[in-house]
Amino acid sequence: MPASSVNRQRISVTPLTHLQALEAESIHVLREVAASFERSALLFSGGKDSIVMLRLAEKAFRPARFPFPLVHIDTEHNFPEVIDFRDRRAAELGEKLIVRSVEDSLRQGRIVERPGQDNSRNRMQITTLLDAIAEHRFEAVFGGARRDEEKARAKERIFSFRDQHGAWDPKNQRPELWNLYNGRIHPGEHIRVFPISNWTELDIWHYIAQERLEIPSIYYAHRRKVVIRQGLLLPISHLLRPLPGEEVVERTVRFRTVGDMTCTACVASDAADACAIIDETAVARVTERGATRVDDQVSDASMEDRKRQGYF
Amino acid sequence: MDLLRFSTAGSVDDGKSTLIGRLLYDSKGVFDDQLQAVARSTVNRSAGPLDLSLLTDGLRAEREQGITIDVAYRYFHTPSRKFIIADTPGHEQYTRNMATGASTADLAIVLVDARYGVLTQSRRHTFIAALLGIRHVVVAVNKMDLVDWSQARFGQIVSDYLAFSGQLGLAAPTFIPLSALLGDNVVEPSANMPWYRGPLLLQHLESVEVDGLQTNAPLRLPVQLVIRPNLDYRGFAGQLAAGQVQVGDEVVCLPAGTRSKVARIATYDGDLQAAAAPASVTLLLEDEIDVSRGDMLVHADQLPMVVREFDAKLVWMDAQPLDLARPYLVRHTSRSVRGRVAQLAHRIDVNTLEHTASETLNLNEIGQVRLSLAQPLYLDAYGDCRATGSFVLVDPLTNATVAAGMVDHQAVAQPGTPAGVALFGRAERERIHGHRALALALIGPSDRTAAVQSELERRLLQRGIQALRVDAAFVAPLAAVTAAALPEVAVALIERLVEAGHVVISDLPGLGDPGRLSPADLVRVRLDGQGDAELAIEIADLSESAVATRILTWLGDGGHLAGKLVEGRGAGI
Ligand SMILES: Nc1nc2c(ncn2[C@@H]2O[C@H](COP(=O)(O)OP(=O)(O)O)[C@@H](O)[C@H]2O)c(=O)[nH]1
Repeated sequence: MPASSVNRQRISVTPLTHLQALEAESIHVLREVAASFERSALLFSGGKDSIVMLRLAEKAFRPARFPFPLVHIDTEHNFPEVIDFRDRRAAELGEKLIVRSVEDSLRQGRIVERPGQDNSRNRMQITTLLDAIAEHRFEAVFGGARRDEEKARAKERIFSFRDQHGAWDPKNQRPELWNLYNGRIHPGEHIRVFPISNWTELDIWHYIAQERLEIPSIYYAHRRKVVIRQGLLLPISHLLRPLPGEEVVERTVRFRTVGDMTCTACVASDAADACAIIDETAVARVTERGATRVDDQVSDASMEDRKRQGYF
Repeated sequence: MDLLRFSTAGSVDDGKSTLIGRLLYDSKGVFDDQLQAVARSTVNRSAGPLDLSLLTDGLRAEREQGITIDVAYRYFHTPSRKFIIADTPGHEQYTRNMATGASTADLAIVLVDARYGVLTQSRRHTFIAALLGIRHVVVAVNKMDLVDWSQARFGQIVSDYLAFSGQLGLAAPTFIPLSALLGDNVVEPSANMPWYRGPLLLQHLESVEVDGLQTNAPLRLPVQLVIRPNLDYRGFAGQLAAGQVQVGDEVVCLPAGTRSKVARIATYDGDLQAAAAPASVTLLLEDEIDVSRGDMLVHADQLPMVVREFDAKLVWMDAQPLDLARPYLVRHTSRSVRGRVAQLAHRIDVNTLEHTASETLNLNEIGQVRLSLAQPLYLDAYGDCRATGSFVLVDPLTNATVAAGMVDHQAVAQPGTPAGVALFGRAERERIHGHRALALALIGPSDRTAAVQSELERRLLQRGIQALRVDAAFVAPLAAVTAAALPEVAVALIERLVEAGHVVISDLPGLGDPGRLSPADLVRVRLDGQGDAELAIEIADLSESAVATRILTWLGDGGHLAGKLVEGRGAGI
């Protein structure tokens, strides 16, 4: 490589922190998708990971508009605070938000409920999501999944290929080296893209603090009526009633994830801001999913099964 | 806090999973629910003490086979660093996964079982680490508890290892004797090996120096996309692959060779005065030059190689073997071009490092190849710059990623290189000449083109530019010898001369026709003042000298010939 023959005056630049390095990587991924696909979408649930994704998209594309719409697959089991936040944030950004609902899929008979079994809408939203992808002919869909969340995710590529049925084949993933992504697809196939694959829960909180990102209030400590079931604190709502023999108690809690109200548990916490959560997360002894997702406890491989079928 | 990415390699049962589990566990990177799951599985397997290896065991299929088969990423941090582990399996059929894990790693841990010492597999792991350009290798000599914590055994393994690693051009590896199972020398010092005075594994991971900012490396900014919210804003967005860029820097846009200065380095958080790799930035330039995705912004005095043919090492990653007759897509930085593997010089045995002649490469085989491209790429040798020296091949029919490649240093003469470019590549020649190479096609039914050509050649030569007039008289004898049609010979010749760093001036007809000369290398000058061309001049009322001045001024303004003409402006041309 040629050495410089010019004595350029060098301004000294400070090395990137680990958070800046992760940010730079994520922005690169967002831009690759924008440049390589005609039709892409960003899944925005109003949850903290997708809120971080929106900030990353601002960093990647401003002052221009996002080159993709935001899409939310509404389970109608969402916390109202989260839905309010979702709509407000999309409006603030001036970006287009497409909402498709599981309820509609149920009404249209696209999904049949299986009483008694996995009644969570995590599984049901797969169909609604795949329908939305087909409807808009999306070629690439951004998700906010992280590899530290779960074992199956730890192996997933950043550009994760999905076949015509939206399915992921963990044994047949495209090799992904350096930062060279292969987004080539045939009609009907698509790519799930995970720009924050390499972030951890703690990184997310640090970023929320650093960027002063607003997030739905239920992420912070608040008083709430809960029942204690299988060791988890489950929020009482119109969708979740105490079972016979269960006692409803009021606790100061916060949510680590904000998914389906019927199966998202909260944790006892006094953390009222991002910094307090960072302190708590740094010493947390339970993974985000373990602490808050009832459906993943059913079996060790339940996430992998869902993903094979087209889950985020 | 900064970031260290490392990969781990070891043969089945060397204790890799246990070691990673130990690192996560002892650095408190493991959560209680993960431990519970492990505890449950340990009971099932009735494997005695808590089996930390299960922490890193991913997919169901693998659990059934009882082995890890793909690359999995793990995360932990200590107060000083965040770590990303690419956990890759070690058995032979998974060379592709090891290469994948190593491609982003700054450091590799190679596990050796103290009982068995340096095996074929250890060589293979080390070779792949070296091939993928990993600078720091840690040889973790595991299961020291099973060899009575023997210093002599450890010493033997160190000397065996050094005996072969020296050939690979690897920097001095760090050897650490440890027991992943019991924790000795992983995070906590070992009471069993008081003779060992080196660093603990975690301590080493925390303190090893990673590539900081490569502020002195040549600037490489592959343009990912153009951000254009309105007519007044044209931002060229990309992640700095190497080097540093500053406001006011003169940059050259490849392949066009056009120049401008950096007006702003824009980020969402405000403008910067300077930025260095691996930051993602948006550059705004002073001039309205044409820049698009796949172009690369660089400094004029530190050009990469601009080549259509280059040598590389290839790791084949697809079940379908390499086909020398088929086109592949070459994905490099933000660019994709069509190309072929024109030659397979030999296959490299990952175990013995022996070179053997071969007709093809199969899954997990490594080969020395020459690629030939439809359009140029701007490359550095992988050893100089990972980001601009790496590429992958994609099968355009199946869309599979079939191979990963590392660009070699190209300076040495290669058999089969066309005469005239044998010793130096085009980029080197352009650097030595101090200007880029191109073909000036003079078009127009004019009886004066010969005179204009002479005048241009003379003036360019006076300015120190490697100019050469290639007209019918020049080409005719060659055409006669080769019994080929004159235009074909002319195009081939001009291509070679441009590859050899020359500015070729020619009035031969048809040079500007599509498919003849690469548009990136071609400047068409119409002397009848009309038609489709980069420059049109109506020469009827002008002297030869005035025409030449017009052309040279235009070339200088467009930045086509770099410093030479810019300096010369106002000084007589
Ligand atoms: N005695 C001893 N056994 C070990 C050590 N490290 C790993 N093992 C055992 O070696 C076996 C294979 O370990 P594992 O981590 O699964 O190996 P992998 O296939 O390389 O991931 C397991 O039974 C471990 O308990 C060690 O340092 N000492």
